[in-house]
Amino acid sequence: MQIIKNKQLLAGDNWSFAADDSEIGDSGDITVSIERWKAAKHALLQRAGKTGLRLRPADDVAVLDGDLDGVELIELDFSGFGDGRPFSQARLLRSRLAYQGEIRAVGNYLPDQVYYLIRVGVNAFRLENEAQIPLVLSCMDDFSVNYQASSI
Amino acid sequence: MYQYTDDDQTLIEERVAQFRGQTRRFLDGELGGEEFKALRLMNGLYIQTHAPMLRVAVPYGLLSSRQLRKLAEVAREYDKGYCHFTTRQNVQYNWPELARVPDLLAELATVQMHAIQTSGNCLRNTTSDHLAGVSTDEIEDPRPYCEIIRQWTTLHPEFAFLPRKFKIAVSGSERDRAAVQLHDIGLYLVKNHSGETGFRVLAGGGLGRTPIIGQTVKPFLEIKYLLSYLEAILRVYNLHGRRDNKYKARIKILVKETGLEKFTAMVEDEWLRTRDGMLLDDERVAAMKAQFTPPAYDLHAADAPLAGLEDAGFARWFKYNTVEHRVAGYRVVFLSLKAPDSPPGDITAGQLDAVADLADQYSFGEIRSSHRQNLVMADVRQADLFTLWRKLDAIGLATANIGLATDMICCPGLDFCSLANAGSIGVAREINEALDDIDYLHDIGDLKINMSGCMNGCAHQSVGHIGILGVDKNGEEWYQLTLGGSSDNEAALGERLGPAVAKNRITRTVTDILAVYLQLRLEDETFLQTVNRIGLEPFRERVYADHKK
Repeated sequence: MQIIKNKQLLAGDNWSFAADDSEIGDSGDITVSIERWKAAKHALLQRAGKTGLRLRPADDVAVLDGDLDGVELIELDFSGFGDGRPFSQARLLRSRLAYQGEIRAVGNYLPDQVYYLIRVGVNAFRLENEAQIPLVLSCMDDFSVNYQASSI
Repeated sequence: MYQYTDDDQTLIEERVAQFRGQTRRFLDGELGGEEFKALRLMNGLYIQTHAPMLRVAVPYGLLSSRQLRKLAEVAREYDKGYCHFTTRQNVQYNWPELARVPDLLAELATVQMHAIQTSGNCLRNTTSDHLAGVSTDEIEDPRPYCEIIRQWTTLHPEFAFLPRKFKIAVSGSERDRAAVQLHDIGLYLVKNHSGETGFRVLAGGGLGRTPIIGQTVKPFLEIKYLLSYLEAILRVYNLHGRRDNKYKARIKILVKETGLEKFTAMVEDEWLRTRDGMLLDDERVAAMKAQFTPPAYDLHAADAPLAGLEDAGFARWFKYNTVEHRVAGYRVVFLSLKAPDSPPGDITAGQLDAVADLADQYSFGEIRSSHRQNLVMADVRQADLFTLWRKLDAIGLATANIGLATDMICCPGLDFCSLANAGSIGVAREINEALDDIDYLHDIGDLKINMSGCMNGCAHQSVGHIGILGVDKNGEEWYQLTLGGSSDNEAALGERLGPAVAKNRITRTVTDILAVYLQLRLEDETFLQTVNRIGLEPFRERVYADHKK
């Protein structure tokens, strides 16, 4: 597993996802679901480790409006590369909710989608297949021109 | 017509390079079949019965003679010497070899052509009126807005993976010639009570398995809000459109299941938050309009008389294949791609080259494609018509049948398409032969027969005056008929005539229907008017008479 952030390969990464029914310790950087964030925000932010969110494609980002203080990472979890909802989620997080932190694509997306994802505001990518690192990096610059305004 | 900037050119060249890489990864086994399928479809490439099929975009149906010659060259080099015009004004090649498609696309890019988003679950080619800029009933030329929309939709980063395909059509005239109400988004240029131009916006129309006529979501949208409103609709659709069932994934189902009022409220809410951030400014619109200025018309064209009408063949062609032009002394000429002996919409490389030469000589080097699968020379001097007719006749493109029964819309059917249940082309030919008598054909008059080989409805059978749909019954080809459909201003879906008929009865059924029309029509009534007046019963009685005995 590797992370590319702002087009640079990161040396390491300490984030992990805590499922809703899992125990959470005081240390460690974790992402949680929106439901868990809403239910246990204060406890999560008291911890020594950092807190982030993991969004499913069906999640409505509007419920996070004004509620992102302390969130240091938002993961967009692609259930399948054909589901385009995370593209709109990223766009809304950046342009409507003015979220400035890291937005990271995880799960089942294609290297061929990273150019679009960067343009809607995703700035980090988790790669399950390390052999694809050169391909993903090159796909980030598939196009040098475009017709629409970017989120970033 | 719109001239590419350096950036436009760079973009399509980079797209070719991207697709070349994707094709190489697939052929090398680095990219899976499912993944490549999604990517190649967004570049217009299907894998069909015999070979890949490549759909090339013809933005709002406008082509230069230079582009026509390139289409001809590609047809010779990469296909079997012909290509096919579709009901969405695009071009299809049926025989390209997968490994050579990147080279084919590179060739097209040299004349500012591409296959971007001609298939797949994304924003498709924007279509329009084939008489844009020359018709006598035009409120405003739709093409500058079509080009603005083309650019906005091209590689839109947020809307590249929609629940399903998404089609936009724009009409700028009083008479709808672009089937606007049958698109995911339909735009009519209209004037408000203060005389300002804007758009009436429709959403939720579409053909295919569940044909639905679009509904108005915004009666008057100011021009400056065009892109923000489109974005709002697309965002609502991208986030809320169904993704659990591909047959319920079009926006028409979202509008239907949500209800028009609630859907419109969702769009408005989204739009009010974004509209001031993405205004389409006057300068951009003016600059785009400057790309579509009228050609240098001959101011004395009306002085030179129209000659040759004493020739019955020319007179007939003039009557059916030319229409009035906004400039005196000019006519709009239709080139019929519905010759009796050739599949509807098909054209050979030799014909393409010849048409390019004729366009240069007689129509300012431009050609349009129509959604009824014919070609149009928009600006021909009346004095040139007789000569042009003879030259078109010599290359088989002067069949005088525009708008008549043999001007059928037809999909490629079983002969090419892996989805089809029926050999539409063969049936079309059979019907054509039955309607061979010119006087009979002209007596029937304005008639739109649309025939699709399967439920996907590529030939828009549900809006044909007579719609014919191929269905499969235990491995045999049967045909379901509908009457009374229309894609014009008074858009309507055809009503089902009755049980499907067997292949050997389809031609007889069509001629029976026409016989009932000829018997029961009043004076100048068209087929559609007669059907609307008398209903389907008289047709049913005749067609199914044998079954009752």
